[in-house]
Amino acid sequence: MRYVDEFRTEKRARELSREISRKTRQNWQIMEVCGGQTHAIMQYGITDLLPPEIELLHGPGCPVCVTGVEIIDKATAIASQEDVILCSYGDMLRVPGSRMDLLDVKAQGGDVRIIYSPLDCLKIASQNKDKKVVFLAIGFETTAPANAMTIKQAERLNLNNFFLLSSHVTVPPVIRRLLEYPDNRVQGFLGPGHVCSIMGWSQYEKLAEQYKIPIVITGFEPTDILEGISRLVSQLENGQAHVDNQYARAVTKEGNKNAQSILEDVFVVCDQAWRGLGLIANSGYRLHQKYARFDADLAFSTNNVPVLEPEVCISGDVLRGIKKPLDCPAFGRECTPEHPLGATMVSSEGTCAAYFRYSRLDPKS
Amino acid sequence: MTKADDSFSVSCPTPKNELTMVKLGHGSGGRLTDQLIDQVFLPFFDSEQLLEKEDAATVFLDKDRIAVTTDSYVVSPIIFPGGNIGSLSVHGTVNDLCMRGAKPLYLSAAFILEEGFDRESLETVVRSMQSASKESGVVLIAADTKVVNKGCADKLFITTTGVGLITQSKIPSASRAKAGDAIILSGDIGRHGMAIMAARHELEFETTIESDSAPLNMMCQNLLSIGDSLHSMRDLTRGGLASVLNEIAHSSAVGIEIDESTVPVDPKVRAACEILGLDPLYVACEGRLVAIVEAQRAEEAVSIIQASPYGDGAKIVGKIVSDHPERVVLKSVIGGRRIVDKLSGDQLPRIC
Repeated sequence: MRYVDEFRTEKRARELSREISRKTRQNWQIMEVCGGQTHAIMQYGITDLLPPEIELLHGPGCPVCVTGVEIIDKATAIASQEDVILCSYGDMLRVPGSRMDLLDVKAQGGDVRIIYSPLDCLKIASQNKDKKVVFLAIGFETTAPANAMTIKQAERLNLNNFFLLSSHVTVPPVIRRLLEYPDNRVQGFLGPGHVCSIMGWSQYEKLAEQYKIPIVITGFEPTDILEGISRLVSQLENGQAHVDNQYARAVTKEGNKNAQSILEDVFVVCDQAWRGLGLIANSGYRLHQKYARFDADLAFSTNNVPVLEPEVCISGDVLRGIKKPLDCPAFGRECTPEHPLGATMVSSEGTCAAYFRYSRLDPKS
Repeated sequence: MTKADDSFSVSCPTPKNELTMVKLGHGSGGRLTDQLIDQVFLPFFDSEQLLEKEDAATVFLDKDRIAVTTDSYVVSPIIFPGGNIGSLSVHGTVNDLCMRGAKPLYLSAAFILEEGFDRESLETVVRSMQSASKESGVVLIAADTKVVNKGCADKLFITTTGVGLITQSKIPSASRAKAGDAIILSGDIGRHGMAIMAARHELEFETTIESDSAPLNMMCQNLLSIGDSLHSMRDLTRGGLASVLNEIAHSSAVGIEIDESTVPVDPKVRAACEILGLDPLYVACEGRLVAIVEAQRAEEAVSIIQASPYGDGAKIVGKIVSDHPERVVLKSVIGGRRIVDKLSGDQLPRIC
């Protein structure tokens, strides 16, 4: 398969592995920002190809994992209403809310559907005029434009039974938050390739400069990740801190202007609650006033029930990179993919689920 | 990375996840299905055969040893590229008998029909059951029909039970894999799952993937010629190659090593999986098997499978090891290693 196979060869991976070992002299803690990168690291056993000096910390870039429990509670409450069809991406259905998840609602008779493309929601809304179709729209800057398109299309189709429950998050504010923790361990970032294909990498220059931290915008194939690490180690060993773009085949400095203008039209920047990390200023998107009629937050009143999180869960510390899943007393015991206590155990991009699936008992983990 | 907690091992107690309500994932064939069976059924039924958790049970009737198995089919849609619920309900049950080295002889079938289901589709299904039975060498000897109100079933559900005769003394079993054995896969993986997905119009692109649904009776009969060197056979169904390898590793208390680059995946299946973020190792097949064979006779076994119907893509994909018991470890295409675990729920519900 073109554009895939050439980034998955053992030969190139070994070359990069040797290159990294050759230039690494000190211990370095590197965080990959994206859940997709975490997944690839686990799936391909990339840590096997790294020298012991390099420690990978897994970042908060899985949108399923960081969606606030308040949003899950609201979604389950809306989905339990009789005239509602709630649509979302597959993994969202298993994310535990305070008391139940969306699969519980489904098993009790709620109409909860998995969609593969956001525009499927509009098809469902057109075919079910007597129902209110609610799209639980989550994601980083990568997914947000496609979610925003549903609003533009819903307007064009003049749908009055389509609503969007928005829980969008953005990367630069959370990187800032991580770097400001006094116990921060991150010394360099593999930047989010897909997010930057939309937003461009210029946003990250300020971060690199202000916090004196190197950032290499990196792709998702195994040799992309190894090359990203190699370039990051070069900067770290040489005391440099700037933005470098490993993923040039998809990312430009300016990004995708069309996608950015849809985002600007449909959403406004807002403060957002991140699961495990708390409220982060200006780190999310909510619907613009002019699209208020599609806003599920306004269309549905749900009782504000107090939020409950299991005390034992350390997913916040895992998302910050200061703890590993194996540090959690519940990991693999009370907390498994069948019965997740925290969202990081749910999504295939979640650090705990990735550890559970790919690296349990591996002496190198 | 931090060191693994030494106190954590595979034998650690099952998490205290009480099943309070049946969810779709309990029908996946993954760990949730194990939970359903272990918590709700096995406390009441604990025959030796059920506890073995094989594809088919074996019992003696006087001096003859027979294999018995039963399976329900709820696939949606009922007609898909490469087959339909009728042919599937024969292939699936026949294959389960074959995996124990039995010669499939008889089938029974129970049909649950939804009010309003059209005759033409029903006849299509019945006709392909007929031709699948013929090809598999089985005769339908008992059947039942029930009709339920509209909405109480989805068009048609079929349950088939199969009976086969075992003539050899050593029966292939998931518990007989030994360190050093070769793992043979009879062909490329993932076609059935992706064909169903395409038939549900859940793919945003056109594809011509057809289900691999097929009877493996000839292949298995031929393989029996290598005698006791054939240790285990399992057909790949829900949960795909990854689940079957985990079951063998668990039943035989052995480790398994496979090499990702040797596992055949059709380029169309791979492309579809790539786009949807699915791992082909977990995608369902309905006409593929894994055979665990003594290393010295592995090449011979590969040739036998290749010369059998539906086996031309057979190859060795890994080996049984004494390290990491009950764990399946994969060498990735770039040379890293990872654990291939059993899925929790299913990637896709109602696949068979």
